[in-house]
Amino acid sequence: MAGYIARRLLQAIPVLLGTTFLIYFMVFAMPGDPIVALFGDKTPPPQVLEQLRERYNLDQPFIVQYFIFLGNIFRGDLGTSFSGQPVSEILAETFPVTLRLALMAVIIEMVFGIAVGLISGLRKGGIFDASALVVSLILISLPVFVVAFVAQFIFGIQLGWFRTTVGPGAPTQDLILPAIVLATISFAQITRLTRASVIETDGQDFVRTAASKGLSRSRIVPVHILRNSLIPVVTYLAVDFGVLMVGATVTEGIFNVPGVGRTLYQAIIRGEGPTVVSFVTVMVLIYLVVNLLVDLLYAVLDPRIRYAK
Amino acid sequence: MKIKRIGVAAIALAAAGVLVLTGCTSGSPEATDGASTSAVVTTNGSEPQNPLVPTNTNETGGGKIIDSIFAGLVYYDADGAVHNDVAESIDTEDAQNYTIKIKPGLKFTNGEDVTASSFVDAWNYGANTANGPQLSQYFFADIEGFSYDEDVAELPGLKVVDDTTFTVALIQPESDFPLSLGYSAFYPLPASAFDDIDAFGENPIGNGPYMLDGEGAWKHNERISLVANPDYDGPRAPKNGGLDIVFYATQEAAYADLQGGNLDVLDAIPDGALSTFQDEFGDRAVTQAAAIFQSFTVPDRLAHFGGEEGKLRRAAISKAIDREEITDVIFSGTRTPAHDFTSPVIDGYSEDIPGSEVLDFDADAAKDLWAQADAISPWSGTFQIAYNADGGHQAWVDAVANQLKNNLGIDASGAPYPTFAEVRTAITDRTIETGFRTGWQADYPALFNFLGPIYATGAGSNDGDYSNADFDALLQEGRADTDLASANEKFQQAQEILFQDLPAIPLWYSTVNGAWGQTVEDVQFGWNSVPLYYEITKSE
Repeated sequence: MAGYIARRLLQAIPVLLGTTFLIYFMVFAMPGDPIVALFGDKTPPPQVLEQLRERYNLDQPFIVQYFIFLGNIFRGDLGTSFSGQPVSEILAETFPVTLRLALMAVIIEMVFGIAVGLISGLRKGGIFDASALVVSLILISLPVFVVAFVAQFIFGIQLGWFRTTVGPGAPTQDLILPAIVLATISFAQITRLTRASVIETDGQDFVRTAASKGLSRSRIVPVHILRNSLIPVVTYLAVDFGVLMVGATVTEGIFNVPGVGRTLYQAIIRGEGPTVVSFVTVMVLIYLVVNLLVDLLYAVLDPRIRYAK
Repeated sequence: MKIKRIGVAAIALAAAGVLVLTGCTSGSPEATDGASTSAVVTTNGSEPQNPLVPTNTNETGGGKIIDSIFAGLVYYDADGAVHNDVAESIDTEDAQNYTIKIKPGLKFTNGEDVTASSFVDAWNYGANTANGPQLSQYFFADIEGFSYDEDVAELPGLKVVDDTTFTVALIQPESDFPLSLGYSAFYPLPASAFDDIDAFGENPIGNGPYMLDGEGAWKHNERISLVANPDYDGPRAPKNGGLDIVFYATQEAAYADLQGGNLDVLDAIPDGALSTFQDEFGDRAVTQAAAIFQSFTVPDRLAHFGGEEGKLRRAAISKAIDREEITDVIFSGTRTPAHDFTSPVIDGYSEDIPGSEVLDFDADAAKDLWAQADAISPWSGTFQIAYNADGGHQAWVDAVANQLKNNLGIDASGAPYPTFAEVRTAITDRTIETGFRTGWQADYPALFNFLGPIYATGAGSNDGDYSNADFDALLQEGRADTDLASANEKFQQAQEILFQDLPAIPLWYSTVNGAWGQTVEDVQFGWNSVPLYYEITKSE
């Protein structure tokens, strides 16, 4: 087990190097000069442009710039944004907010998605199953910004139950509405996944055996059916958590959440290379860790899976 | 130049339909009485793109904050008229050498005195190439001794006479120099700023109507909290307790907060709400002209656009555009057709400058002019206007191209560049081989600021490489004239030349659209489209 984890972590190093190189290359290859754009419709004197390029190392060839960046990272220096704030500080401010938002969204979609999916699966073809199908079809076909704007309008502006956007310090109660909006995207998928998986498991031999041994339904459902149905759902939830962690740009924009997605979007617009690359590097790390955790979770859910080597 | 960036245009468009729903809300009870001088006004803003150092701030996000926490020699009222703030007097006899006296006894919020050196040191810092260079460095370019190439720690043109007096020597007469002194680049800095300018940019100390609410009041990407500066007793003394500037990633989010009562004053209405916000907010909504001029430039060097032929073709193009129709249909009245090369909010503006008829729509005359040009050398090819696709320009460029197609009978189209940076790079490098979008937002309210930097021979932002000796001479004469009215007359004569040559084809002026909540009163928007925050009263 420990060997397996160590091997996976070692594999992460080339992945990280490769992704930072690619991202850096893409930021570098973005056409247009971010320094010229700094001055808007006004054209600065050429000397000023030259000196600014020098300051941001933009006058160097790509590969030199990349190694300067890499060298700084190893010294723990992630660079600074144009506004003079260390990127490490921006990361420390935005990731906790996004983490809370992502956790809330995942918990909401997990609780409701699995519950609805389980009931639908156990009472296949019933009224509940049919109406759950309709609701999830509607949710699945609505783009997230429509859900977000409608929710903001009805619950924020008309009813006043929630603050329209997230207030100072991003308090948890302000994050409830955006979290619900984010949860609606995946709620439908989780419901359908759980339902299909439960139906399949319900027909398995070991479930019939358990029933014929005389176990009560209230024991069979959670222990035998649900637990064995969860593997695809857990995979999906973990991937979804990874997606939410790297920022829900649209939803964070609509609710003005000071999180990763909104910040990264603005950094891209401004052409702030260091911020973009550092954010993406951290995102890749999170993805790698989440994937590792999922693989380890499999073993917990299904004892037949072993990672010994 | 204060640059505005508006994000997520695509989302805005897609959401337009949804936002129409919001037009249904109504009911605006009378604003309650009992305004409180301690109430904090909240308003929209955006994360400053640079540290909060006056000489290094050139965009609206930081500019709004800098203008609130600093007081310059002069300030601009709602109409753009110039009044003394820190200055006691600004005297000159030849428009080239100035003696500036400041009011005694003024202090920065850290207790330091505001003296003549506070200004001279700050300007020297902003002018010195060794310091960066600073984004607003070019504002000091006309002070004697300035150099882009060498490090000049102390400009010979700036001299401290005593604690409250200093002199400025310019390289040429510039009668609009006093008008420019309210711009942020000319604000004073306390001596402590130079010890650690990075730390200062994070927690700036000013002498203005507001000050930061303690260390760390700037919550990056979230908001900045300002409180009234009790020591400031100048003409901009705040009538409220403070100012919370919330940074929004989208205009939609800010608008929703205004509707939801979480925001007091909003100075930008999202596109999707432009047609409904006036009904919804009634007398708490405003649409007024801004000091922003929009145009497109067709340089001389393009084939068929040089010399007499080029003049005829530019005039034909200008007359073939129905500005009225485009501002109505595409911009829902949020732009007004241009009548000159400046802006209606500027002192001295006139819509009847001789020659301005070239901006009136007349398809027959346009065809006629185009035919005259064809007689010199027959036209071939496609006429194109380059623009950045990330700035919401496609709609009007396509409309202009269509009008040219229909009214001149030529092939015309837009030439989109994916990003602002790309199109600006092509324009700056002179590699662009088409007409291109141009625009100007004034730094300070003066006619010259719309003319000199763009059309004077060799000027920094003369992207079309326009050059006309008569025009240059009139500008010089105007600048040498210490009487504002007669100087403006010269500038208007200079514009007559522009109407003949059309170095840029004027399109329209932008307007500012804003609205405010029921708890605030006395909201006025300044000449630069930013609300005069210090005048706002709020009830609790």
